[in-house]
Amino acid sequence: MVARDVIDGAAASAPRTLVYRQSAWTRATHWIWAASLFFLLLSGLQIFNAHPTLYIGDQSGFEFDNSVLSIGAQKADTSVVGVTKALGLTFDTTGLLGVSGERAEHRAFPAWATIPSYRDLGTGRVVHFFFAWVLVATLGVWLVAGILNGHLRRDLVPRLSDMRALPRDLADHLKLKFHHTREYNTLQKLAYAGILFVLLPLMIATGLAMSPGANALMPWLPELLGGRQTARTIHFVAMLLLVGFFVIHMLMIVAAGPINEMRSIVTGWYRIDRREPMTGG
Amino acid sequence: MRTPHLSRRALLSAAGAAGSGLLLSGCDAFGLLEGSDSVVRSTLERANDLTYRVQRLLLGADRLAPEFAESDIRQGQRPNGVTSPADQDYQDLLAGDFADWRLEVGGLVERPLSLSRDQLLAMPSRTQITRHDCVEGWSTIAKWTGVPLALVLDLAMVKPQARFVVFHCMDTIERSLSGQFRYYGSIDMIDARHPQTILAYGLNGRPLPVENGAPLRVRVERQLGYKMPKYLQRIELTDSFAGLGFGKGGYWEDRGYDWFAGI
Repeated sequence: MVARDVIDGAAASAPRTLVYRQSAWTRATHWIWAASLFFLLLSGLQIFNAHPTLYIGDQSGFEFDNSVLSIGAQKADTSVVGVTKALGLTFDTTGLLGVSGERAEHRAFPAWATIPSYRDLGTGRVVHFFFAWVLVATLGVWLVAGILNGHLRRDLVPRLSDMRALPRDLADHLKLKFHHTREYNTLQKLAYAGILFVLLPLMIATGLAMSPGANALMPWLPELLGGRQTARTIHFVAMLLLVGFFVIHMLMIVAAGPINEMRSIVTGWYRIDRREPMTGG
Repeated sequence: MRTPHLSRRALLSAAGAAGSGLLLSGCDAFGLLEGSDSVVRSTLERANDLTYRVQRLLLGADRLAPEFAESDIRQGQRPNGVTSPADQDYQDLLAGDFADWRLEVGGLVERPLSLSRDQLLAMPSRTQITRHDCVEGWSTIAKWTGVPLALVLDLAMVKPQARFVVFHCMDTIERSLSGQFRYYGSIDMIDARHPQTILAYGLNGRPLPVENGAPLRVRVERQLGYKMPKYLQRIELTDSFAGLGFGKGGYWEDRGYDWFAGI
């Protein structure tokens, strides 16, 4: 393991240890993902706005009801309200979903949440598919690099010892007690592995399951996912999970020390707790 | 490691070019995407060419779109776009139950055709239960009956230099200050000769209704709905989109939709 001691500040009371934690591959792919997921999310909401209802099965029910979520607008006494229906429950979401903006526009997701801001399905698709290719290519590069340089095996795949440490790790996180080590803790491993090995591949699979061309090539794929419309619903739910991950990711960075965390994903160097035993590597 | 390194660099520069363009655009952050001549947009659009090439590479010419069972037909086929053409020539043909209607086949063919509905009905037909995927995101399952387009193309003896089949329609889809636009669209010869590509005159065991494109529409089952024009009048074989609409190969393509809509 590469490590170096630096004298921190004039007091020099406690020398701090920086370790090289994130390789250039990890840092570059991380930031390309961040950018692509941003554009994929906002262009995806533009595409969703073209038909803001989600269904279960292979087709959309117009003469029968198999919808699980719909975002629309309804006439009230003197105005129009945004109405969101999810799993049989109805919510008034005026201002955010269904009806939004100064001119009370009828649109599922508001203008500030879509690319482009105005209604343009064609351009939303152009942006979405460009960044879908970027995401897939980056995932491929990351996978090859991660296998070759040991990042996957060393840092991401949870070991038995990790699973044994899970209850304590969970308790530490709840107490906002963070350990700064070269290795990821169990929850980090589970979160990152879950995103990279489960959620992003699921996103790609459900995206492909919506493509008529890909359906002809792999008819088993939409079938496996419960039909084309179920795949579209899963695609949407996976988006919500990714947004949820992003929020927690940001909170954790703030809680664990934003400067140290940002330095490691920008420069690769991470300050570890001095008293932490140097394991592995 | 050379290859991954190069592809990462290519990716970074492509994403960087796209990103910097987006950041430069000022008040509407994504205004540069507007208009099909924008540099950012045309850069991003190259991903569609990649999709087209990859699908043509992986997807055999005759690989079928999934077909379904009778029991999967649970509703009428939801129509979209124009559902009742107001055009006088169409209304006259409809009043005569399309007895005077002809399908013209021309352009890069050895033998131009003018087919009546009876002549089309007398040709071998194909019936398929397929799922219609709209670009908006919804889908419906229905049974379609019609003449395989390949048979009509063979009858017309397509010249080898033909690259695209263009469908000219009878419905005016847009009346605006810039003029009146009748729907049109195009597909390549691989989609045109695909076994499931039919000129459909029947829907769910009945004659094709007006709202779904009577008397004749196209079904291209490995494509999205906007690639399947309704109210067919003329089929043109061509090697270029120049001189057609705004030159992008279709009404929606002229307005920013991707020409290859296999995704």
